Amino acid sequence: MNAPPLPEAPDGDVAGGYAGPAHGKSTARLLPATRFSGPIPWVIAILMALVVIAAAGGLALRNLATSAGSQLSSAVTVQVIEPNPDLRLARGEQAVRVLTGLDSVQAVRLVPEAELVALLEPWLGAGAASGDVPIPALIDVELKQRAGAAEIAQIEAALAETVPGARVDAQSDWLRPVYGALAALQWLAVGLIGLVALATAAAVWLAARNAFAGARDTVEIIHLLGATDRQIAAVFLRTVLHEAAFGALVGAAMGAGAVWLLGQQFAALDSGMTSGGGLALADWLVIAAVPLAGVLLALLTARITIALALRDML
Amino acid sequence: MRAMSDRPAEIVKFDNVGLRYGTDPEVLSNLSFTLYPGSFYFLTGASGAGKTSLLKLLYLAQRPSRGGIRMFGQDLITMPRDRLPDLRRQLGVVFQNFRLVPHLTAFDNVALPLRLAGADEKRVIKAVSDMLDWVGLSHRSHAVPATMSGGEQQRVAIARAVIARPRILIADEPTGNVDPEMALKLLRLFEALNHRVGTTVVVATHDVHLLKKVPDSLIMRLNKGQLSDPTGALRYPPRPSATSGSGT
Repeated sequence: MNAPPLPEAPDGDVAGGYAGPAHGKSTARLLPATRFSGPIPWVIAILMALVVIAAAGGLALRNLATSAGSQLSSAVTVQVIEPNPDLRLARGEQAVRVLTGLDSVQAVRLVPEAELVALLEPWLGAGAASGDVPIPALIDVELKQRAGAAEIAQIEAALAETVPGARVDAQSDWLRPVYGALAALQWLAVGLIGLVALATAAAVWLAARNAFAGARDTVEIIHLLGATDRQIAAVFLRTVLHEAAFGALVGAAMGAGAVWLLGQQFAALDSGMTSGGGLALADWLVIAAVPLAGVLLALLTARITIALALRDML
Repeated sequence: MRAMSDRPAEIVKFDNVGLRYGTDPEVLSNLSFTLYPGSFYFLTGASGAGKTSLLKLLYLAQRPSRGGIRMFGQDLITMPRDRLPDLRRQLGVVFQNFRLVPHLTAFDNVALPLRLAGADEKRVIKAVSDMLDWVGLSHRSHAVPATMSGGEQQRVAIARAVIARPRILIADEPTGNVDPEMALKLLRLFEALNHRVGTTVVVATHDVHLLKKVPDSLIMRLNKGQLSDPTGALRYPPRPSATSGSGT
């Protein structure tokens, strides 16, 4: 009988004498081509689409608040409240002269009465132009710096003698509740992203557990043959990577499409306020990072899930 | 008799080992024995005597409920689990029900230990092809286990167990599903490993005839979870058992 063809003795210096545990293509087929239960990539896609939409919404709101804030932070409105139209006009012009002489003032504009009437007509109808409703004279003032309490007090003091009854307001004060609402919406977007990330992790956790349970017999065999936890986890992670990447890319494409369509709708409004909520290149880069983060989250979740499952084996 | 200083380093040492599953009574009790490098052991005993449980302790599928086990000079009881794969890669195991990986071909099943250990793929192809040829399965190298007969699966399982030249070969009824000629051939393979490579071989079997086929073998007998020493296998220096003709 021929001698058995035992392979040559390996010449490495690790246990078993070979180069050490392999993690590449040679171990890729250790486990059957386990796929996540069918809908999981699509669940990931839907969740990623939601994250993209929430992220884009949060970024747009941030841009809107920043834009509005920068435009209005140095803006002040002076109202001259006087029922007599001639006196109101005279005091308005006087106020403009006083304001123009102040060092802190960059620009002053007396809003024409016709413009005021046009602004109020949607609310007051024809009565706005009739003169029956007294409309205060409005002066837009642009300061050289942010309109803080000290600047407002300085303007009020300057106007007190020559234009009695003038009311001075920082325009940003009017929009403070709007800024608060925008900030709340941004936090809502952050919260939504966090919840969707949790849902994604939970979906991957369930899928990884199912995949592991389905391959448990095979895992036990290769474990007893000397496979390391890392080798076994790598096989599962390869599957997770493929399916999560697919889901994340499809989801990101769906989400980006929805964001683009919404952007077109808001752009069509041609409103001064919404125009500040557009997305810049940096914002689109952040949105592009969403699927990458989703894949990393899926890989991390699956790695932890598989590691915990393997810990039950000796 | 050799002096104590000549005694070879033990390869496996059981010290008062007991094993129970859950809260059931112990299936193995008070096992104390030593396996030495290059020896050939038969583990015999009736069905239910605890042979497979003892082998599970040997191939690191189970930790004992009590007692101590040392393998290759290392304490298995306190060893962290992340170091066990290094030890497992030095073992070759023929499982009772073969435990081939169902989705892999015969070739890939046999190649598993080499690939897990990081062997070069050229070496893997050569070694596995030669081994499959030797066990008469080169024509079945692309077959998956579900399409193989019991004997073919057993030969694949044995080829997988020996392909990486293990330091200990543990076989649970390795010739149960093959014809007598193939059984003898496989036994010769184990002997060759034992003599040429110095592999310590532990074969669990209830086949009385098999015991007589390996002249220098030692016999350990299990009875209701207790180990007896009919041939002096558990003493040092061990007494070869072949001439004793001891049955199960």
